[in-house]
Amino acid sequence: MSTLQRLCHAPLAFGRLLSRGGTTGWIGFALLLAIIFMAVFARWIAPHDPIEQNIANRLMPPSSEFLLGTDSYGRDVLSRIIYGARISLLVGISSIVIAMIFGTVVGMLSGYIGGRFDQLVMAVVDVMLSFPSLLLGLMVAAVMGASIENLIIAIAVTEFAPFVRLARAPTLAIKEKEFIEAGRALGFGHARLMVVHILPNMVSDILIMGSLWMATAIRTEASLSFIGLGVRPPTATWGGMIREGFENILDAWWLALFPSLAVFATVLALNLLGDALRDAIDPKQRRS
Amino acid sequence: MNTGRNPPQDQGIVVENLCKHYTIGGRWPARAKQIVHAVLDVSLVVAKGESVGLVGESGCGKSTAARAILRLIEPDSGKIFHDGVDVCALSGPGLRQYRRRAQLVFQDPYASLNPKRTIRQTLEEPLRVHGMAKPDEIAERVERALAEVGLPASSLSRYPNEFSGGQRQRIGIARALVLEPDFVVADEPVSALDVSVQAQILQLLKTLQQLRNLSFLFVSHDLGVVRNFCSRTNVMYLGRIVETGPTEQVLDAPRHPYTRLLRNSSPIPDPAQRIHLVASHQDLPSATNPPTGCAFHPRCPHAKERCRSEVPTLQAIPGDPSRAVACHFPLHG
Amino acid sequence: MTQETIAPPGQGLAPVLDIHNLRTELLIDGQWRAVVRNVSLTIHRNETLALVGESGSGKSMTALSVLKLLPTKISRIGAGQILFEGKDLASLSERDLRRIRGNRIAMIFQEPMTSLNPTMRVGEQISEAIRAHKNVSRADARLQAEQLLQQVGIPSARLRLEDYPHQFSGGMRQRVMIAMAIACRPALLLADEPTTALDVTIQAQVLAVLAKLKSTYGMSMVFITHNLGVVALIADRVAVMYAGEIVEIAAVGDLYSEPMHPYTAALLDAMPRVDRTEDVQPIPGSVPALTDIPSGCAYAARCPLKQPCCEKDHPELLPIDGTNQRFVRCFVRSAK
Repeated sequence: MSTLQRLCHAPLAFGRLLSRGGTTGWIGFALLLAIIFMAVFARWIAPHDPIEQNIANRLMPPSSEFLLGTDSYGRDVLSRIIYGARISLLVGISSIVIAMIFGTVVGMLSGYIGGRFDQLVMAVVDVMLSFPSLLLGLMVAAVMGASIENLIIAIAVTEFAPFVRLARAPTLAIKEKEFIEAGRALGFGHARLMVVHILPNMVSDILIMGSLWMATAIRTEASLSFIGLGVRPPTATWGGMIREGFENILDAWWLALFPSLAVFATVLALNLLGDALRDAIDPKQRRS
Repeated sequence: MNTGRNPPQDQGIVVENLCKHYTIGGRWPARAKQIVHAVLDVSLVVAKGESVGLVGESGCGKSTAARAILRLIEPDSGKIFHDGVDVCALSGPGLRQYRRRAQLVFQDPYASLNPKRTIRQTLEEPLRVHGMAKPDEIAERVERALAEVGLPASSLSRYPNEFSGGQRQRIGIARALVLEPDFVVADEPVSALDVSVQAQILQLLKTLQQLRNLSFLFVSHDLGVVRNFCSRTNVMYLGRIVETGPTEQVLDAPRHPYTRLLRNSSPIPDPAQRIHLVASHQDLPSATNPPTGCAFHPRCPHAKERCRSEVPTLQAIPGDPSRAVACHFPLHG
Repeated sequence: MTQETIAPPGQGLAPVLDIHNLRTELLIDGQWRAVVRNVSLTIHRNETLALVGESGSGKSMTALSVLKLLPTKISRIGAGQILFEGKDLASLSERDLRRIRGNRIAMIFQEPMTSLNPTMRVGEQISEAIRAHKNVSRADARLQAEQLLQQVGIPSARLRLEDYPHQFSGGMRQRVMIAMAIACRPALLLADEPTTALDVTIQAQVLAVLAKLKSTYGMSMVFITHNLGVVALIADRVAVMYAGEIVEIAAVGDLYSEPMHPYTAALLDAMPRVDRTEDVQPIPGSVPALTDIPSGCAYAARCPLKQPCCEKDHPELLPIDGTNQRFVRCFVRSAK
């Protein structure tokens, strides 16, 4: 099967895999699709402009015009949540992708090269892992300043170390297999052995863990935005909205509740999806 | 290097005084540093089109020596010549060229193929890496290689786990041959196979050898297989070659006591020739703590004082230049 | 320990083990498939029976069936009886079987490292094997363990009792496993490829230990192997298996001088010998898959003597001569 054919078959394979994980996986997947849909088509779904201020309507409870109420600037909460999904998903996906790529490369190199290099990398990774991830993200964001790019980098940093570990272990195992030695005997270079022979054996595991950790990334983003180190206002982010809700919690309960539910739903969807995928992979490995 | 020989161009593989050692421990306070001499002063010759055996039991260093000859393990000292070219001095494209012409067939048919690649990918890859064929020729060469080992073309789109052990071994052989090597190291290629499949693979290897005039270094612990396949044999014990010569003579009239022990312990499918099983409990020697002098002396019924202190060197047998033995008191054949 | 007088294998005495029409099945892809098909075997006192076959022949499965050591969910004994000391092992409860395992029938395996507990000292493991079946004190069991280690030829036995399995070499570990197996003086020892993973000089030593123990204790042994050289070395009688069935039974001398079944003859021709330089004759074709066993003779597709009847009808295992010592499963051979 050529790579192109394999790409076309991928959605089918994914569907089959997901079914093996049980119905909860499908629920998570559906929920995630809904959130992505909401983010992509925000312009057509959102009833109001998310940053349009209307002081006359400030702090109004949910009504027929403003389904989820308004905030202290009179902005529609629902529209802000819909647009906020964009930020969360963008930051979540980008940071995970960056962490995945860098982490996998470093982990693979570490396992393959071994020796002192490996020991050094592992020492650094162990130090990084000993920090609570939020604290790490906080330090990076505080140093670099608050912007969406820096936020992505900060969260990528928190997610980097687990991917290094995740890529290193199978590299160590596969490196010893005879077909790698066969490749060397056939004159293959190290790059080819790593990319063509070792990497494909890890890809599925890494992608699945990536989906699980995206949930963490989104939570971290919300937390950093809550603290104020995230995207600057007036852009709508769920974390920022929760902060505002937190300040007004006695008067306007809807300001804190709905963004929190949005974060909750996204994290739940990703967890259900990731768990189902992981369960689907595991028994297969045991059987084969 | 002490032979002073200038290897002629067509002499195949010439190995001189090959040495490889490993260090264990030394880092942790608990374990003192230990040196394991896996390969000690190994010299052998594989002429063009010849099959030479390398026999011994576990820990004798035969696999290490074989891989060092292919430079899959870097030798610590010694010389290796391939058609007159000094292999140890090669690097980069020169080394890649050597890898093309000197190939390896593995013992384990299950671990030596990448389970995620189709047979076609596995066979095409070496050709692409070495740029050996134009893209349109690659498919044809791969199909030819597969036909040569007796597998149908439909195998190409399948994965290794769909094949039996014997079939996978054939695929491994096809992969080694697709680069058109002239020297093949076979590391216990039939040990993991059933008797009937083993016979098929041995016959295949013989046919291929004749067709392509291949030189073989056949590593094995099975003397019957070695007798069947190799015209000459080297016997190894704890890193050294203790006897060498034409296979039939070495097995029928061994000069080294270890060769005789090895030969007598090898079961023969003939109840009339039952060897008298003697209860003894001498283990294979430890590589980290080898005996002094001749490594075999603790197990040797003829050991004398000299054997405990002096390491015997490989000497040609007077009157028979094709045979050599490393023993102070060689047996009389 | 006194040496018992040894009677020549078998004759006249009641057999130690009597297997009748054993059928063992494995659950594969949701269907029950027979891996041991209609196997009948008799093992006599003081006899070493070699059970020979290649992978997939069912030889290991037969031995595991005797002691019901097969994985429970995916295997079962479909039919047959396994008679031992007046009981049918096939229908015995797990509790009663445990009284026999390690006690009256013992088994040793190919990989001693996985059969021995790596975290327990060797002396403890042997003592445990003894005390599981005999009511002796710890001190007595330990003394017996030391004697057993001496019997299997491990030097400095008392000191070695304190060692862990990884401190023994492969051949020594195998001896330890043998010591554990014979601890309760079993009537029958099942040996599943015990020397296949050992170097050839060590193999010779371990076979010597087994031969000595057999004659000391008057034990019967079923020796499972694919190596026809080892069989010639130690067997009294040989049973050859192919695709789950026994295709030939003969005394060892007869089997090698005049193999009856074409598969036996082909195996002998395919085996390279250390004492002769000759071409090996490969057997064309391959063993039929478990899911695709032909209805006629399982070997017909590869057999040089094939007749039309061989593919249609299924041959029975029939005695060749009147002495009930030679059996062969072949239309062509039993017709003569």
